Amino acid sequence: MRISITSVYVDDQAKALAFYTEKLGFTKKTDLPAGEFRWLTVVSPADPDGVELLLEPDEHPAAGRFKEALVADGIPFTQFTVDDVSAEVERLKGLGVEFTQDATDMGPVVTAVLDDTCGNLIQLAAMK
Amino acid sequence: MDAESGLFKALGDATRRTILDELADKDGQTLFEICGRLTMKHGLASSRQAISQHLAVLEQAGLVHTRRQGRCKFHHLDTGPLRSIIERWPIDSIQEGPNP
Repeated sequence: MRISITSVYVDDQAKALAFYTEKLGFTKKTDLPAGEFRWLTVVSPADPDGVELLLEPDEHPAAGRFKEALVADGIPFTQFTVDDVSAEVERLKGLGVEFTQDATDMGPVVTAVLDDTCGNLIQLAAMK
Repeated sequence: MDAESGLFKALGDATRRTILDELADKDGQTLFEICGRLTMKHGLASSRQAISQHLAVLEQAGLVHTRRQGRCKFHHLDTGPLRSIIERWPIDSIQEGPNP
């Protein structure tokens, strides 16, 4: 058993694909029609055969409420690793990405939290 | 509880004072960031609910204000209420240095 896919619930798959590729810098891996929606995954260009991120529709009513409750308290459910949090914050802010938490020294780790515009907060992290 | 009792009660708890320290370090934090700082920087393993209640006490004392931005809530430090303390017991020896 291996972990090959993990998901984020998004409110709009096309918008999510644009944000995750054009802003965050992932590349599209799989895009297959799946009924009303798409089986749509992205990967890191640094690890194209690594874990895929599935951009999963948040159609289920519980998914929407779950996301809203997390965002209200500023909680990022999904986390990505970067080499340099401050540099990444600066780069993404230049692309118009909004952060709820700038790069912050948390002891063993530096973190920041951004808004993915699809209803989620995402944490960027780098171990020191 | 009157405003002054609320102020002293709010300041009487070490975790709440640490929350104020962290907001003084960086103003405008989500509940998530405050919880993260308390856990990672101070080893305080309070639950999110407990921190939320501490923030409510601080807000009631006027030491913290909250602001909604988009879908998130941010917490801001307001040291204004502390003025009542030095007005009541003025500090008049600042310029003179320590007493002999």
